Amino acid sequence: MAIWWTRSSRTIANHIRKCMNKGFMGGAVVKQSSWSSTVQSCSLSSLSSHRLVPQNCSYLHSLPCNRATLFSLQRFKSTVAEGQLDSFFSSDSDDEQLNVLARQSLDFPGGKVTYTSEMNFISESSHKRIPCYRVLDDDGEIINMNSDLQQVSKEVAVKMYSDMVTLQIMDNIFYEAQRQGRISFYMTSAGEEAINIASAAALGEEDIILPQYREPGVLLWRGFTLQEFANQCFGNKADHGKGRQMPIHYGSKEHNFFTISSPIGTQLPQAAGIAYSLKMDNKKACAVSYIGDGGTSEGDFHAGLNFAAVMEAPVIFFCRNNGWAISTHVSEQFRSDGIVVKGQGYGIRSIRVDGNDALAVYSAVSAAREMAINEQRPILVEALTYRIGHHSTSDDSTKYRALDEIDYWKLARNPVNRFRCWVQSNGWWSEQQETELRKSIRKQLLQAIQVAEKTEKPPLTELFSDVYDHLPSNLQEQEKQLRETISRHPKDYPSDVSV
Amino acid sequence: MRPFSTATCDIENQQSAKSINLYSAINQALHIALETDPRTFVFGEDVSFGGVFRCTTGLADRFGKSRVFNTPLCEQGIVGFGIGLAAMGNRAIAEIQFADYIFPAFDQIVNEAAKFRYRSGNQFNCGGLTIRAPYGAVGHGGHYHSQSPEAFFCHVPGIKVVIPRSPQQAKGLLLSCIRDPNPVVFFEPKWLYRLAVEEVPEHDYMLPLSKAEVIREGSDITLVGWGAQLSIMEQACIDAEKDGISCELIDLKTLIPWDKETVEASVRKTGRLLVSHEAPVTGGFGAEISASIVERCFLRVSNFIYFVLLIEYYREPIQFFFIESQAFHCTNNLILAPIILNILASTLKTQKEENEKNKKVQTMLTCLCGDKRMHAAEWN
Ligand SMILES: Cc1ncc(C[n+]2csc(CCOP(=O)(O)OP(=O)(O)O)c2C)c(N)n1
Ligand SMILES: [Mg+2]
Repeated sequence: MAIWWTRSSRTIANHIRKCMNKGFMGGAVVKQSSWSSTVQSCSLSSLSSHRLVPQNCSYLHSLPCNRATLFSLQRFKSTVAEGQLDSFFSSDSDDEQLNVLARQSLDFPGGKVTYTSEMNFISESSHKRIPCYRVLDDDGEIINMNSDLQQVSKEVAVKMYSDMVTLQIMDNIFYEAQRQGRISFYMTSAGEEAINIASAAALGEEDIILPQYREPGVLLWRGFTLQEFANQCFGNKADHGKGRQMPIHYGSKEHNFFTISSPIGTQLPQAAGIAYSLKMDNKKACAVSYIGDGGTSEGDFHAGLNFAAVMEAPVIFFCRNNGWAISTHVSEQFRSDGIVVKGQGYGIRSIRVDGNDALAVYSAVSAAREMAINEQRPILVEALTYRIGHHSTSDDSTKYRALDEIDYWKLARNPVNRFRCWVQSNGWWSEQQETELRKSIRKQLLQAIQVAEKTEKPPLTELFSDVYDHLPSNLQEQEKQLRETISRHPKDYPSDVSV
Repeated sequence: MRPFSTATCDIENQQSAKSINLYSAINQALHIALETDPRTFVFGEDVSFGGVFRCTTGLADRFGKSRVFNTPLCEQGIVGFGIGLAAMGNRAIAEIQFADYIFPAFDQIVNEAAKFRYRSGNQFNCGGLTIRAPYGAVGHGGHYHSQSPEAFFCHVPGIKVVIPRSPQQAKGLLLSCIRDPNPVVFFEPKWLYRLAVEEVPEHDYMLPLSKAEVIREGSDITLVGWGAQLSIMEQACIDAEKDGISCELIDLKTLIPWDKETVEASVRKTGRLLVSHEAPVTGGFGAEISASIVERCFLRVSNFIYFVLLIEYYREPIQFFFIESQAFHCTNNLILAPIILNILASTLKTQKEENEKNKKVQTMLTCLCGDKRMHAAEWN
């Protein structure tokens, strides 16, 4: 008997579902009483016509072992399964070869789960590592013309390449400026130019960026000027952040780029909230949150992914797996096959992409964006790459990694060179254009630095403003005290700060 | 971004009022907040069926599951999500089930919510965020359902910390917090959720933030407190009055940024200050109040500052007092009233000696610090 009904268990369950309160967990409100695991009476009575439920008690007594089976016909109120989890994770099978146990299932609040008599622990990793999506080979040639590649126009391709070069030069010049003591700190994006620019190029301008810190290329793509970059690094009064943060903590309301925050990972749950707001407003836009491989170990990474999945929020979580978190190698960071496999744990669709292949990043992010917006769901993208530069100007990475490793990535796997090969092979770029571009960007940057350096620092009042929308009395008092102190000891205060 | 306003309205001009308890007052405020602004959201662990303290009862039914919803069990997620929601111009009302469990969200509150506006140069803000959390001992909560963690948050410029003492206050203050353009942590005295019943106007009203209230005027000593402590202190004032001691009682309401002026004015009058809070004494917010008041009216405070730690809930035996609320009431009053009496008796008796002592201290400080003593002398 058990065999007979378990084979049709799906039909029965469907039937019972129809009898059940339609709104349950599927959208309508859960009433307090529904938290108790009571059985809906209608399901029992409707089943009796199938002669599955023995009416007579003595029969029940004679089959004590089957009581669970009997009850599993009924769907408990706390069982979510209704059109939701069952359809995602169907564990039923019509395979006649399966044993009896396998065809019975547990009506669990999280959906229907079949039984098995085999004690199988799920392996800690899959047999093969997740492959990495790629469009261009190492020489910048398209590997497979039939691949589901997103077309890139000449105009976009040239802008992508120009911005990658600009980012490189900006990094070099600001890095030098730090070495000369003109700015206090800097971080380069060397090795991650394709990730920066190609991901930005695949997004829409209304998509909201929540950066980690190694993504200035996104801002560059969106039109943040070299002068604006310089103003932030020099902390002058033209800086949008009013000179309050360390260099490279950019932010621009105009470019939908939230201000960088030093604490790692905090932007992920925020991205879920931002995306939920876009969802509520029916916007055709998504939130995009960047994170490093190190950042994925933070609690906020897990909180962010889980919230986005549960809230069905349109977010792209873009992980730049560059192998290192300062001096910590990925092998000391996690034991999973990178980041891409973590998505499934949260019910998030995920892809691994070659981060040094601008076309692959572009295609993957375009597709991710489309799914995120059209299907209202989060997507996880893991881009494999390498941090060619030191972590920051405060770091010397030769202390913990081999020079030849760095050189290999810098020369053999350079994302900018690879993309240039492709652009050039299309006849869209020449040696002459290259020389002119580099010369012009260099000049613009040197000028931007000069201007930024000469521009005044923000006035003293900006030390106190924006803590709240208005200055409360305690801060007014402290500002007054500070001014008094300065007027008593003017020589001890920098002359370029207006009081 | 939407401009938020904290314009207050007069609760005296109430149209109709009903006697309700504190959780119902919170519930009313949430109804009004959701009703008056379609960009308002209420979320947290178990809020959609009404919340473990029933504060969110009926909201999901009325405003739908997309505006009132359960979240995963993850406080850093709840606050982080709320910051994101608020940063898009929404009013995000996040519930942390117990104040004891707010710590996983500490980073999101301290490093993110509080600094969101400042670090961006006012390009972005999450001022629409309000974090509600039940706090304080009720008698059977043990270590993890009893704490009063307000002092941790009072060290964080950029957020406001607000604690109401009664149903009427709770409704008006919560609506102000929700509509305030800054992130607010709103601690609700869970001891009073059912216990405190008061006439609460049914209409939409707001009470001002950063404004303390003199609940009871007196001339001998100033008592400062907040939240659940107020009801105990009020009883102590009544007891002390029988012994001829006139107490001035102040409800601070907003802990940061706090209303120093009201406390200062009172202490200038009475010359004595007693701060009482449920949280541990060391590093408590009472220390901040006493330091500020000493700094502002040093020579006026004839007997400096006294603290009373009412509830040391870490100690199991004391919990017996909490089991019955009757015992709880009289225990606390028995503790507090004699303390106040002692302070007053000793100060009044030895007023002369104290004055002598103060003169010595003044001379000592004159030698130690610079200009400050001049101010102090002027005030005296
Ligand atoms: C919460 C927190 N802990 C520690 C740090 C210090 N820190 C700054 S960057 C960094 C490494 C981050 O590595 P990863 O996420 O891989 O990004 P990458 O630098 O490789 O781009 C650390 C530990 C921080 N900023 N925030
Ligand atoms: Mg890294």
